[in-house]
Amino acid sequence: MKTLLGIGGSDDSLYALEVAIDRAKEAGDDLTIAIVENPETSLTQAEIRDRATEALSDVDFDAEVTTLSGHPGSQLVELAERGSFDRIVLGGGETSPLGKVQLGEISEFVILNAQTTVTLIR
Amino acid sequence: MTREYPDTVAGPYNPPPSEFEDREGRDIKVRRYDEGIEPLVEMYQAFKPEDRAQGIPPTKEPQIRNWLEQLLDDDCVNVVACHDGSPVGHAILVPDGEDASELAIFVLREYQGAGIGTELIEHLLGAGRTEGIDRVWLTVERWNTPAVALYRKVGFVSTENGNFELEMAARLTADGEAS
Repeated sequence: MKTLLGIGGSDDSLYALEVAIDRAKEAGDDLTIAIVENPETSLTQAEIRDRATEALSDVDFDAEVTTLSGHPGSQLVELAERGSFDRIVLGGGETSPLGKVQLGEISEFVILNAQTTVTLIR
Repeated sequence: MTREYPDTVAGPYNPPPSEFEDREGRDIKVRRYDEGIEPLVEMYQAFKPEDRAQGIPPTKEPQIRNWLEQLLDDDCVNVVACHDGSPVGHAILVPDGEDASELAIFVLREYQGAGIGTELIEHLLGAGRTEGIDRVWLTVERWNTPAVALYRKVGFVSTENGNFELEMAARLTADGEAS
C-alpha cells in the first residue's frame, strides 16, 4: 500500500510518526512522510524533518521525506491525489487538560476533503 | 492559540452547597466533592456510552480511575449533584497551565433534562470564582445543541477558535480582580 503520513510537529503528529513507521515496516508499505507548515507548533520544518530521518534510521526503514509549503491540509490532499496514494495518515488529535480529544484544523480539512481513506493514529 | 474572552463578566453564581427539587420532583443536593474516588467511579460506570463526548469519560474501569485521579487533584474544582446520597452529575474545572481553566460536566442519562445541569454548572462557576479562577473555557461538539444552549444560558460565548468542536469561553472576574 502507498501511504502518505502528514506531520506538522504537534505532539500527536510526532507520535503518529513513530507508529506509522513501525506499521509501514511491518506491512512492507511504501511510505512517504510529508512535513507540513503548522503555525501552532514551535518546531521548524527542518527540525521536524530531522526527527523523521532519525525515526527512520532508528528502525532501519526507508521512506521518502518531503517538505510541503503553503496551506497544510490542501497541500496534503493534493499530494495524495497527484501521487496516487491509497491512504493519508495523521495524528489522532491533541488531548485537552480534561482529557478531551481535539482534532486540529489540518485534520479537519484533510478528513473532509481527501478522496482517499484517512487514518488517525491514537 | 489566543483565546478571546467576553468583556462582560458572567454570573452571578452562588458557590455550593445548594439543595433543590428537580423537574422530576427529585431532591437534589449540589456540593463540593471531597470524598474519595469510589462514588464517582460508580457513577461513571453507569454512564451511557452514547453520552460520551470527545473521548471522555473513558468506558473501562481502570481508565475511569486513572482519569478521575487526575481530576480529583487539589488544583481542580469538583462539584457533584447527588440524589439519595449518590452522585448523578459531576462538573469539573481543570487548570490549563495558562491562567485559565477547562470546564466539563456530566449528568447521568435518567437525570438529564431536569434542570440539574444548570444548577451544577452555576455552582461550579461559583466555586471556581471562590477559588480565584478568572477565566473558563470548554469545547463541545457542534451538534450537541442541548449542551451548547446550557453553556450559552450560563454565560459562555463562542470564541471562533473551534474546528470540529465549538470552543466557548466565560469571564468570571474583571481583569486582575481575582483574590
